Amino acid sequence: MEWLTPQVVAIVLAMLQALVILLAAVLAGAVLTVVERRLLGLWQDRYGPNRVGPFGSLQLIADMIKIFFKEDWIPPFADRPIFVLAPAIAMASLLLSFIIIPITPGWGVADWNIGLLFFLAMGGINVYSVLLGGWASGNKYALIGAMRSSAQTISYEIFMGLSLMGVVAMAGSFNLREIVNAQQGLWYVIPQFLGFCNFLVAGFAVVHRHPFDQPEAEQELADGYHIEYSSMKFGMFFIGEYVGMLLISALVVTLFFGGWHGPLLPPIVWFVIKTGVFLVLFILVRAALPRPRYDRVMTFGWIVCLPLTLINLLVTGAVILLVAPA
Amino acid sequence: MEFAFYLSGLVAVLATLGVITNPNPVHGVLYLVVSLLAVAMVFFSLGAPFAGVLEIIVYAGAIMVLFVFVVMMLNLGEAGVAQERAWLRPRTWLGPSLLAAFLLLTLSVLLWRGDAGMLMQRGDALTAKAVGTRLFGPWLLVVELSALLLLAALVTASHVGRLPTTPKPSSSDRRQEAP
Repeated sequence: MEWLTPQVVAIVLAMLQALVILLAAVLAGAVLTVVERRLLGLWQDRYGPNRVGPFGSLQLIADMIKIFFKEDWIPPFADRPIFVLAPAIAMASLLLSFIIIPITPGWGVADWNIGLLFFLAMGGINVYSVLLGGWASGNKYALIGAMRSSAQTISYEIFMGLSLMGVVAMAGSFNLREIVNAQQGLWYVIPQFLGFCNFLVAGFAVVHRHPFDQPEAEQELADGYHIEYSSMKFGMFFIGEYVGMLLISALVVTLFFGGWHGPLLPPIVWFVIKTGVFLVLFILVRAALPRPRYDRVMTFGWIVCLPLTLINLLVTGAVILLVAPA
Repeated sequence: MEFAFYLSGLVAVLATLGVITNPNPVHGVLYLVVSLLAVAMVFFSLGAPFAGVLEIIVYAGAIMVLFVFVVMMLNLGEAGVAQERAWLRPRTWLGPSLLAAFLLLTLSVLLWRGDAGMLMQRGDALTAKAVGTRLFGPWLLVVELSALLLLAALVTASHVGRLPTTPKPSSSDRRQEAP
């Protein structure tokens, strides 16, 4: 038993922790698919899936069995290697971003000084999944969906990065753990309210959730980039969207709502409650808002959001310089 | 970390060879993305995570997306692949390859004779703060000049890409803005 040094134990524990976080993220993504349908039903005055198990709680298992046993069909006109690669990128790049999220003082995979930049890098890689999926399908609808998606995502990623810089400037670090610790007195949502609004909008757009789901607008594009995908390859895109939702919610909580900080309850409970609120907000927005026209979405991004983030950054910088000791 | 350096360097070289030899333009661009990611890994292994992440965000995440975008828009298909194949005959690539091999030889000789330890030296970790102070301190003029250049490019692009002010009645239904 001499190999069981404290170092080895620490490594094994860290790996187990990472594995638990990974599984929790995937499972939460899968559960969200059903939660979303139930909540949509509630807000739209209908029942939603309520047949499988008590109150539809086993719907998830039924869905999983169905999606696993469907025929995994690759169209003969598709570009095979890229067609297979695209859903893997969709899932992997978003799951990798969970590395940087500090869940509680003791939980979290990595504690990097480039934390926030890593998320932006993974967001950049994630664009390829839609782009390549749409192109490799060899289908015009899929291609148009991919085009729209990449144009939209690139536009919104620009001010997503800029909207986070206010937080970074105030905390003085890209390290998410330090950002959370800097919010002990005051959550950043108050001094960085503009930054918060812009990040939320950009987050919706980057994970292309409704109302920014232009790439998959059913009535125009018949589901866009994943029209040719079936079985678990489609499932990866599908679950990937919910994992993205979870990621953006967790990031909003970490960056603007004080992460695990809160009175009375233990840190993990606070983190879960806050993240849950934003997940419900994601679903509520889908239930409440219609889908805007595509050119309106692009105009809104460039003409409203980008100037707002720049003003926010300018004011934040000026205030920090004024307050800081010379 | 030296192992990671050589491994990612090897991946970068192989992926770049893939860019040159692959007849399919989209596959070629994807090899280029892999190559850039490998270069980012080289930065990580040298202890410069900030430079590595910027490499991914700027090159792999933004610029290459536009490359892929354009190549996909052109959608060259089988004809493009055939043309690329025709261009990959030895008669075409032999001359440039010889010249490039000569450059490689020069580089290798210089590296061999020079102080190899200088290349792998460990300095301070490159932080965002250090880069910012450097850029907006001694290099301020260059930053401002590149900003001017980008502004000029932006103005040009929006001029070239603008819609005609008086569209023909037949095509006006295509793009009607709200009043």
